[in-house]
Amino acid sequence: MSDTAPQYTTVFASLENFEKGGVDVINDDPKNYVFSNVFEVASHAKPYEKIAVAKNMQYVLEAIRAEGTSEWRATPHDEFALVLDGEVTIELFDPDETLVDPEASGSVAVDGDPAGKPMGQVVAGQGHMTMLPAGRCYRFTSDRPSVILLQTIDGPDTQHRWADICLS
Amino acid sequence: MTDTATLTSVSEPNEHGYRSFQLGGFTFDRDEHFVHIEWPTGRHVTPVEDFLKALMRDIAWNFFYGTVNFDSVIGTVNHYGNVDLFAGRFNDAYRKAELDHMENFDHDVIMGAFKDMLSDWTNDGFDPFAAPQETGSPYGVKHGDNEAAITRTRVTAQRMVGLPGDEKIRTDETHPINRMFADVDQSEPTIEVEPGYENDVASFNLFAYLSRSDVTWNPSIVSVCKESLYCPTTEEFILPIIHGNDRVEWFLQLSDEITWRVEDRETGAPRATVVMKAGDVAAMPADIRHQGYSSKRSMLLVWENGSAELPDLIATGQAPTVPVTW
Ligand SMILES: [Fe+2]
Repeated sequence: MSDTAPQYTTVFASLENFEKGGVDVINDDPKNYVFSNVFEVASHAKPYEKIAVAKNMQYVLEAIRAEGTSEWRATPHDEFALVLDGEVTIELFDPDETLVDPEASGSVAVDGDPAGKPMGQVVAGQGHMTMLPAGRCYRFTSDRPSVILLQTIDGPDTQHRWADICLS
Repeated sequence: MTDTATLTSVSEPNEHGYRSFQLGGFTFDRDEHFVHIEWPTGRHVTPVEDFLKALMRDIAWNFFYGTVNFDSVIGTVNHYGNVDLFAGRFNDAYRKAELDHMENFDHDVIMGAFKDMLSDWTNDGFDPFAAPQETGSPYGVKHGDNEAAITRTRVTAQRMVGLPGDEKIRTDETHPINRMFADVDQSEPTIEVEPGYENDVASFNLFAYLSRSDVTWNPSIVSVCKESLYCPTTEEFILPIIHGNDRVEWFLQLSDEITWRVEDRETGAPRATVVMKAGDVAAMPADIRHQGYSSKRSMLLVWENGSAELPDLIATGQAPTVPVTW
């Protein structure tokens, strides 16, 4: 018997290295589980496409492949960006004008650079969660392909590709 | 049954040192090994360890969403303000034999009785929130208590963990890193804030936060987008309850692996086994119940829609039991 404590390895997946589980059906339809893998979705995505991987009524979680610099977006409500792989710089900006209807759902693209004041920035690595505050603008930059999971509401640019991404 | 029964009572300690509890027509007794539950049409016996772990979750989650099955017979249904306590209600054989029984209680009445039961029946050294290798035994005659362990509840951030005035991030002083997450990177994001925006520029290391969780199977809110709630949790061994949600619930496996046993919500008939590895996303439909198994302690993002209207919409067929179709 060894008296040293066991060493555990925590498995976080990445674009380079993910393994998918699945649904073993006993009496069911696998489509009921809307089963996908965020890294698989992001590995087939274009930079900054907003692809829904989960939806509950109007709310969605989007998988976003961060690569290069995104457009500026304005969000009417708080969103939360969780980096699941890589490193992403998130710039936050306070626009002089209201760029999105505060009652709307989901973020909208801003034409060019917004006028206003920089609020600051976050350099977020794997596991880091950043608030994208309501009424403000943000943009992402990543030197290498990275993955963001975005907690938001189904919006004008949310992509629904369930047939392509889910087990059936 | 929709009557609000308010009759509760507590006995003097029995020969094992434990009090007995009455809730309407239900009685709960414990001895050194088991909990014995009786109701007008039947009786049930269950190991005290399983029962206390389930009771702990039901209390800490404030009866959670929908049905919390302690096992295949006993459990609660949350109606948000009042709560059903049932025996055999979601068990096909009990239903067919008409031996199932259900009574409705005001939230505070059943919560009070459950808290008293958990407090009296939890011995010194046993933590019902902990993984098996991290706690002592619940068995034997009454010896001491563990109030500090059983009064922990779910964390509920108002906007996001780490914001000024909101839930704090975890540190070594209060939350040492769990032994199974010793390798999780603890570095925090680099944040630059312009003056005046201190409340709006915020980020924290969620994985480090979860690596320091001192409880298992306890979904806690870390971020809020209107009714969209991130409820991540750390899981090791078996989910002590079988959750039958009253709405669709989503899982995103953040680390390691969990196997979900999925059954029909009403009858308990097996439907599927869902294996989730890091990065996998899956919905749990609103007509199933599920129980998770995690060999290594893992990080699971449970995602809920907290809308108060959903249970009715789904129960009346106005909203589907699956989140999307294609
Ligand atoms: Fe659940």
